[in-house]
Amino acid sequence: MPADLVSCAWAILLSPLAAAALILLAGVHRPKLSAAAAIAGLLTGFLCAVRLFLHAHGRHDALLFESSVSWIALPGLTIPFGVLIDPLSLLMALIVTGVGSLIFIYAAGYMAEDAAVSRFYGLLSLFAFSMLTIVLATNWIQLFIGWELVGFSSYMLIGHWYAKPSAAEAGKKAFMVNRVADFGFMLGILALWAASSPTVSQRSFHFLTLERQLSSAIQAGLIPAGTLTLIGLLLFCGPLGKSAQFPLHVWLPDAMEGPTPVSALIHAATMVAAGVYLLCRAFWLFSGLPEVMTVIMWVGGATAFLSACLALVENDLKRILAYSTLSQLGYMVMAVGLGGRAEGMYHLGTHAFFKALLFLSAGSVMHATHELDIWKLGGLARSMRWTSACFLVGALALAGFPGLSGFFSKDEILVLARGHHLGIYVLATLTAGLTAFYTARVWFVAFTGSSRLSTRHGAGGGHHGVQESPPIMLVPLFVLAALSVAGGYLGIPRFLGASHAEFHWDVAATSVAAALTGLTLAWLIYKRQAVSAQQVVQALALPYSFLQRRYWIDEMYGWYVATVQQKLIAGLCAWVERVVIIGAAVNGTAWLTRGAGLLLRRCQTGRVQTYVFVFLIGVAGLLTIALTR
Amino acid sequence: MPIPLSGLILAAPALGALALMVVPNRRHAFVRRIAVATTSVSLAGAIGAMVTYHRASGGYQHELAVPWIRSLGIGLHLGMDGISVVLVLLHALCAFTGVLISYAIKERVKEYYLFYLLLITGVFGVFLSLDLFFFYFFYEMAVIPMYPLIGIWGSDVKERGIVRFSKEYAAMKLTIYLTLGAVVALTGLLWLYAASGARTFDLVTLQQRFAGTPLDPSLQRAIFPLLAVGFGVIAPMWPLHSWSPIGHAAAPSAVSMLHAGVLMKLGSYAIIRLAVTLLPEGAAVWLPWLASLCVMNIIYGGFVAMAQKDLKLIIGYSSSSHMGYVLLGVACLTPLALDGAVMLMFAHGLMTALAFALIGHVYDQTHTRWLPDLGGLAHQIPFIAGCSVAAAMASSGLPGFANFVAELLVFLGGWDRYPVQIACGVFGVVITAVYMLRVVRGTFFGESKRQFSHARDAATPFARLPYVVLILALFVTGSWPKPMLSLIDASVRPLIERVAPGRGRPAGEPITVLISTPVSVEVR
Repeated sequence: MPADLVSCAWAILLSPLAAAALILLAGVHRPKLSAAAAIAGLLTGFLCAVRLFLHAHGRHDALLFESSVSWIALPGLTIPFGVLIDPLSLLMALIVTGVGSLIFIYAAGYMAEDAAVSRFYGLLSLFAFSMLTIVLATNWIQLFIGWELVGFSSYMLIGHWYAKPSAAEAGKKAFMVNRVADFGFMLGILALWAASSPTVSQRSFHFLTLERQLSSAIQAGLIPAGTLTLIGLLLFCGPLGKSAQFPLHVWLPDAMEGPTPVSALIHAATMVAAGVYLLCRAFWLFSGLPEVMTVIMWVGGATAFLSACLALVENDLKRILAYSTLSQLGYMVMAVGLGGRAEGMYHLGTHAFFKALLFLSAGSVMHATHELDIWKLGGLARSMRWTSACFLVGALALAGFPGLSGFFSKDEILVLARGHHLGIYVLATLTAGLTAFYTARVWFVAFTGSSRLSTRHGAGGGHHGVQESPPIMLVPLFVLAALSVAGGYLGIPRFLGASHAEFHWDVAATSVAAALTGLTLAWLIYKRQAVSAQQVVQALALPYSFLQRRYWIDEMYGWYVATVQQKLIAGLCAWVERVVIIGAAVNGTAWLTRGAGLLLRRCQTGRVQTYVFVFLIGVAGLLTIALTR
Repeated sequence: MPIPLSGLILAAPALGALALMVVPNRRHAFVRRIAVATTSVSLAGAIGAMVTYHRASGGYQHELAVPWIRSLGIGLHLGMDGISVVLVLLHALCAFTGVLISYAIKERVKEYYLFYLLLITGVFGVFLSLDLFFFYFFYEMAVIPMYPLIGIWGSDVKERGIVRFSKEYAAMKLTIYLTLGAVVALTGLLWLYAASGARTFDLVTLQQRFAGTPLDPSLQRAIFPLLAVGFGVIAPMWPLHSWSPIGHAAAPSAVSMLHAGVLMKLGSYAIIRLAVTLLPEGAAVWLPWLASLCVMNIIYGGFVAMAQKDLKLIIGYSSSSHMGYVLLGVACLTPLALDGAVMLMFAHGLMTALAFALIGHVYDQTHTRWLPDLGGLAHQIPFIAGCSVAAAMASSGLPGFANFVAELLVFLGGWDRYPVQIACGVFGVVITAVYMLRVVRGTFFGESKRQFSHARDAATPFARLPYVVLILALFVTGSWPKPMLSLIDASVRPLIERVAPGRGRPAGEPITVLISTPVSVEVR
């Protein structure tokens, strides 16, 4: 392998890290330098990824190359740190660096007036490095390192405006939910490592070695099937948290407290997709475990459907997009669970384009209006033409409008679902209809009609026209819009080595029909107002309140954390500590000692008379004993 | 004759303490300078030892032997193997930064530094001694200064303004507890001395003798708990831990730094160095019990920490929880787990010293450690806030910091022997994140509070130095752990090979995997 390609691969990983280091060391009080360093770092990574892509394009090698340094080298344990370049990692690296670069550039405009631009860009660069560590990892430990580091940068970036209690709490929640998931994930990694060989020194974390060893061990029947299933389920805990699948999805909507570029990059396009990427990376393992695959499929399907329902009743623009992200992640996980590695990655790619586009458009709206409640917006299509056009492209791609990227990738998943399981196919098609409905709802309520903003703003004196965002924010939108349109024609599945899927007219027609139904319903309710939204809500009061409270899942966790964990378990331990250990055992011993001292002190009177008296009693006693014998 | 590094490291703070005795009381600046200079010498020596330790030869290096009472076989014998080099470096870092943090002490400065340097000397002595008598001597020398340091310069542990534990109570409890533990251990050491028949306190000689003619196994089994429990008190082993969080909370910041950072490591170090090394048969019997006690440390300590509201008590209970991982690593007695345990002593020591230094700054600026009263301090003291996030993350095992590598090694090394205990250990990481994030959230995030508007950040490079040194040390060893691990492993592997033959070899006997071994039943 030519040396320059290897250094290219390393440069993808290390240039964002260099940018982060530069910002920490020199950029703390220089916002412009920080932004420039971060953008330059990630763009370098992107260009290197493109260079590798041009090399890889048209080849059919499963693995292009791998290069690593040993990070831990003990007798019997080697953990490398390096870069593994194969079509899967290269595709993901392209998405992360490409979409990431656009968002970095956009953020230069969006965050221009923020007080902590340097911290923001420093953490974004750290995030990019961590994410690429996951993507290019050669082994499970390196992947886990990146996995934890993205969690950290996500925590810090959600809490960027830490003065806001809701933002600080949201960051904490995201970190904690992921920690709980990573508990299972870590156990899974440990068990996988242990299963790879009975001899410690022959075990491995390395993806390729592990695959080889484990496959032969499985074939030889050395590992009980139950053990493997357990390992698979434990490993799936990782994606469950990171990709926010039910029931660990609760952190993602709250994560919208972060600045919008963060929501676009981390909580829509890349980090949350890491779970899907992991499932694809370890596909050889999961695909051999039918029980685990079934679990993955249903968890994905349930997430897709349940979160789409939540998006129906949400009024906050960013939170609607967050539920939509959950729902689309559900599609991807479901695709992998159905055995569709390429299909899952395909949807990951197109989703990264159109969801980043939707978030950045929403950010543009927020930048101009400082308002996210869709009912307080309205008429944006006139005041912010470019932003609205971009949002519309993204919305259509999300809804699966024929010809746009989302249509193709969703269609492949639906084809896959129909071939496997009728129930999941129906669920997925239903979700497609719901997706179209809530997307159209946002469009009709927030972007069409007359502006409900102007009256409120007008009260402050004079008409503040809503201003279109500056070019630095619009250009990334245009690029993403182009990608959202063309994403279906880029040949992503083929690049991953999937044979070209046949186009099923019946599946496509059904999904389009579902989408059209959703769209028409939304049009009737929110545009034509044939029935008012209130009437619909009143008619469906019970399911509506159920959705409004988000299935009471947040409440249940809140009850567990505040009552069970804090009051009951921690309180009990603290009580034992205070009363039993400190109070009874330790202070009790001290009191006993002191009491014994007090008693003995009585004997030490210092009066000769007492001593002689006691002495006489003693003599008398002894004499009595001697004489009575 | 050049002085061996071990002698230099030990002599510097001792001479500093002696010098302080003749310095006039009011010359505070000079007193501080002496303390900084002597601990810097030790730090330089420790770094030198880390760099120059010859890993391929292993064993004890930089030795210094001065016979003292020949008839009893007592002599000052100093030396370092890989394990002690790492701990000496840890102590040197904590001592150096602790002396800098002690600049906040304004009363009776000379006496304070005198006791502080004595404490430092004592701890260095324990890590460097290869003679049981001096091991015990230095151990006591490290424990005793804690009494005046807490009793005079400490602060009461209050709960909503009401004194919950007075500093006198804390000092007394700590001293009695540790001395009692030391006496139990001393009984064991004297028994060992008598039983060996070698008439020597020299560790190396004893080790060689036991290699040839091992001590009677039943005797080993009898002596081991004396050493394990005696030194376990300071480790601190559950349920003998209750002196430690209260002691932390009452001590001045710089003393808490040494106390939690290094003093607690004396226990686990002594268990490795003396109990496990000299009494392998005893270890084989008793270590499984220790492995289960550790789980109590980790889980119970974590939950108690979760229920606390005083910042120092939170970190105090967190320390007793995290030391459970160290003891768990020791109890596993596999090369990887013991590597991890030693590395974790280093990592946890630095992390917890950092945490106490930071809490000290917060307390100095706000005059409260009560979590519900704090909030929004990131507005006023951003540097301290940033360092606190780093400390919280190091504590919760974020990759990049040494704690992650160490915990990972403990998990890997222990997985085959104690999967249930290890799983509990992994769960402990979740508990840590709960209270650490709560501390960061409650202290630094949220809206700015008016009553803290006067709080000042560590602004000068000098004021920032201790924090930067500690974070950097954690970060460097955590991001690039190879040099430190090779050092530790060079000593751990021969040790394991000696006490548990077969386990130390890289391609050793296949260790049966609990969950993946095919069941084969032999029918006779």
